[in-house]
Amino acid sequence: MTAAAADLTTPIGKAAPSATRTRSRFGLARTLRYAVLLLFLLIVLIPVYVLVVTSFKGPGDASPARAWNLPQEWTFDNWTAAWDALSPALWRTFQMVVPAAIISSVLGSMNGFVLSRWRFRGADLVFTLILFGMFIPYQAVMIPLLQLMLGAGVPSGIPSLILLHVIYGIPITTLIFRNYYQTVPHELIEAGRVDGAGMLRTYASIVLPISIPSFVVVLIWQFTSAWNDFLFAVFFSSSQNGPVTLALNNLANGALLTNYGQSMAGALLASFPTLLVYVLLGKYFIGGLMSGSVKG
Amino acid sequence: MRTGRKMSAVAAGVAALSLVLAACSSDDDGSKNDSTGGTGGGDASEVEVFTWWASGSEKLGLDALVKVFDEQHPDTKFVNGAVAGGAGSAAKDLLQSRLQAGDPPDTFQAHAGAELSDYIDAGQVEDVSALYDEFGLRDAFPKDLVDRLTVDGKIYSIPSNIHRANVTWANVSVLEDAGVDPKATYSSLDDWFADLDKVKASGKTALSVATTWTQVQLLETTLLADLGADGYSGLWDGSTDWKGADVTAALEDFQKLMSYTNTDRDGLDWPDATQQIIDGQAGYNVMGDWAVAAFEEAGKKAGTDFVYLPVPGTDGVFDFLADSFTLPVGAPHPGGAKNWLETVGSLDGQVAFNKAKGSIPARTDADASEFSEYQQSAITSFGEDTIVSSLAHGAAVPIATLNAISDATSKFTTGASDLATFQSDLATAAGS
Amino acid sequence: MPRSLRRWGPPLLLISPSLLLMAVFVYGLLAVNTKTAMTDVHTAAQTTGRKPSSFVGLTNFGDLLSSPDFQHSLRNLVVYTVVFLAGTMLFGFLWAWLLDRPVRFEGLFRSIYLFPMAVSFVASGVVWRWLLNSNQGETASGLNRLFQMVGLGFLQNNWWNNVNWGIAAIAIPAIWQLSGYVMALFLAGFRGIPEELREAARVDGASEWKLYRHVLFPQLSPVALSAVIIVGHMSLKAFDLIMSISKPANYQTKVPAIDMYVFKSSFDYANSAAVGVVLLVIVAVLIVPYLVHLNRTEKHR
Repeated sequence: MTAAAADLTTPIGKAAPSATRTRSRFGLARTLRYAVLLLFLLIVLIPVYVLVVTSFKGPGDASPARAWNLPQEWTFDNWTAAWDALSPALWRTFQMVVPAAIISSVLGSMNGFVLSRWRFRGADLVFTLILFGMFIPYQAVMIPLLQLMLGAGVPSGIPSLILLHVIYGIPITTLIFRNYYQTVPHELIEAGRVDGAGMLRTYASIVLPISIPSFVVVLIWQFTSAWNDFLFAVFFSSSQNGPVTLALNNLANGALLTNYGQSMAGALLASFPTLLVYVLLGKYFIGGLMSGSVKG
Repeated sequence: MRTGRKMSAVAAGVAALSLVLAACSSDDDGSKNDSTGGTGGGDASEVEVFTWWASGSEKLGLDALVKVFDEQHPDTKFVNGAVAGGAGSAAKDLLQSRLQAGDPPDTFQAHAGAELSDYIDAGQVEDVSALYDEFGLRDAFPKDLVDRLTVDGKIYSIPSNIHRANVTWANVSVLEDAGVDPKATYSSLDDWFADLDKVKASGKTALSVATTWTQVQLLETTLLADLGADGYSGLWDGSTDWKGADVTAALEDFQKLMSYTNTDRDGLDWPDATQQIIDGQAGYNVMGDWAVAAFEEAGKKAGTDFVYLPVPGTDGVFDFLADSFTLPVGAPHPGGAKNWLETVGSLDGQVAFNKAKGSIPARTDADASEFSEYQQSAITSFGEDTIVSSLAHGAAVPIATLNAISDATSKFTTGASDLATFQSDLATAAGS
Repeated sequence: MPRSLRRWGPPLLLISPSLLLMAVFVYGLLAVNTKTAMTDVHTAAQTTGRKPSSFVGLTNFGDLLSSPDFQHSLRNLVVYTVVFLAGTMLFGFLWAWLLDRPVRFEGLFRSIYLFPMAVSFVASGVVWRWLLNSNQGETASGLNRLFQMVGLGFLQNNWWNNVNWGIAAIAIPAIWQLSGYVMALFLAGFRGIPEELREAARVDGASEWKLYRHVLFPQLSPVALSAVIIVGHMSLKAFDLIMSISKPANYQTKVPAIDMYVFKSSFDYANSAAVGVVLLVIVAVLIVPYLVHLNRTEKHR
């Protein structure tokens, strides 16, 4: 390994601060930045406020006319009802989402690497063919897909869903990784090749370690999209073996008279695991992974 | 470059493979035709029941029905295939797709009446007239109802409950404040306009309504009021001319009614419009009788806080819709399905189900005293009044027609078309 | 021969599973769909062969594209996509830029901006329906009421209750949901830029603006392109959002995905499939220039 590659494990943490900044501009710019960030924070949280507040309201109180008011009477009933309805499905959903996200990310990373580094003539065509898969309108193909899955004998529930999320996740994971790898300096890969490493070795020992920010964004996307997917869940699983979106739909839309408080509590409950994943993955949003890799 | 050519060859191979697969899988027409017939025996070990009753009072009703089913048929296992959503949702899409792909449930819920006609045309549901004879349902159900369910001499589903669509709800204090007598009855829409004006003048919303389907329901009750039961039914069997002057007059009344409504209607769902009555923001609301559950949940009392009456001009007519269960062709457990259908049509089943759900039985031999006050009045009406089919709830027309009518209505009420265009759009929709 | 095997063997091995899966699950299924689009299966009886159906070539496409209702849907789709793209790219980039320098609580800001993506519209669409309620003044609720409460009453408007531009209001929840992700993409892009690159430019005396223009933006353009494609594809598929806010029948907010659903539920499989094909053709038309652009930039390398 060259010296450049060995430098890959420097700063873990926030991006290194720039050296040239005058102090007086520093204060004002900084305050302004915090103010803007805070303003956006509040704006983003507006719908969340309504969700939270409604989840503690009883029936009748939870209505659009009273969306902004605090509950007349705070109640936890909605949360218990939501927990009862959703908890059996939560663990199953994890079992479905985690493998699907990881497998599709790895496949995407491999594809992205090959398609951005191997300049064979058909590379762009192949990339476009894969990319096009992202745009397929699922409703247009549900019936033949249903027949295909039935014919293939894949068991309904988690196995089917993992398979489908991996397959239909390939285009977008490939896209993100390929475009990310395009920004990796040539010298890094060439360094490996000069040392005599084949493609697989280059991939495993040089490319993978610096792919971490890209893995983070890809995993965020795949986890979220598999966790919140509803269409595949409805078609390929049942409420006994399916993910939390089915249970949530049944809770929120299963009666003529909607119980808004319960649906909001359910919506929030179903979103917490994903939020947790964002927080955990966020730690890997590090900078400087490629520091020291550019010579001169 | 040799590598490039190899990759292009791979890409070409991929394309060829996909074409081959397309040819293989494209000719499957779904629904197997190896059924055992609607009345034969067959696997009765379990029954997968597909409904959209997944929470609330619907689920309570289903649970009560299942309890009766377990008593009547202890050897058949009930499998709950409920997916929430019903019309306009993934659940409907799933059902259609499963039937098409040859993977039907053992029985599924559908609105009784013309909504089934697509499944009938596609040959996806069995004729269950023989079950009517076997279970003695022709005597238990009102003749009008059985007539409305019969298509070309055959019946394709067994109704579990009946709802009424032509009900007006009103907030007593809003009416009194506007100088309107809450106990008033109306013989026509014109009488009602006078009181609607009074409520509007008092500063409240005169008539609350919600998103498109509730507007279609308002439209149907207006047509019913102005054309009468026969004229209304004639719209669906072709004997009433959609382009005629009486329909124009009815549409003008509809336009006038819409002018009394809240401006944010398209963004509301039906409970929100009913909530406006409960909260005293609006005076009147037209909604089916499932609305009574909203009043009860809010602790309101009939007579003191709110009143209900048939939509002005439709007294003596029962605009019905019914949930019903079918027997799909190729059901995996036809014996189980038959058992389920028996329970659905049975007296015990219907009483248990409707007490929990809040609708009324389709059977006429139920003991009315077991039901709530509203339900009792509905049961009486159902027994005495002329029965017509609801447009907005799948009894009068097939889905495609309803979708076209809904589109035309939405265009009209959002101001994208005028009355004349609306009338011709409706004529086209109904004629299609 | 052995050398070229070693050269293209591994890449082929790595991507062939994906290619195979795409062939079956994308192109195979699309072929079936296209075939359906060229038949006249418009009624239930024809779907199972009880009534005959025949091949009609491009008739369905002609009928669809000339129908004013479908044109309205297409127009809505364009407006929706433009607003959606502009909003997410703007906020995503802005937030990533603000958070790129060291900021306390970066983790908190980042997680909260991302949080909307975790909330599925299946149940939370109702909240947006409330927020985008079109009543103003006395009977206002939702965002209009909020504007009144904070003294911004003049901002009240009809939101999506407008035949021509209402669809732009539907883009707001979509922007809310995806801007955080675009931020994440840009942040990863920013963080992937070696610090030396920035330092080198500064040492050379380049101003902040020049730094951005000549160093950072070019590095970020592949990321930006990913973001555009991702947001664009979400826009084409906008369905759950519209279903939960304004329901399928509402004329103001019809888009092709809704039409596809409505056709299918009326057993008009041919038109449903045709809408699907039209959507794909639109995408293909947009992707082809991207492919050309790719080829050109690759040649420069």
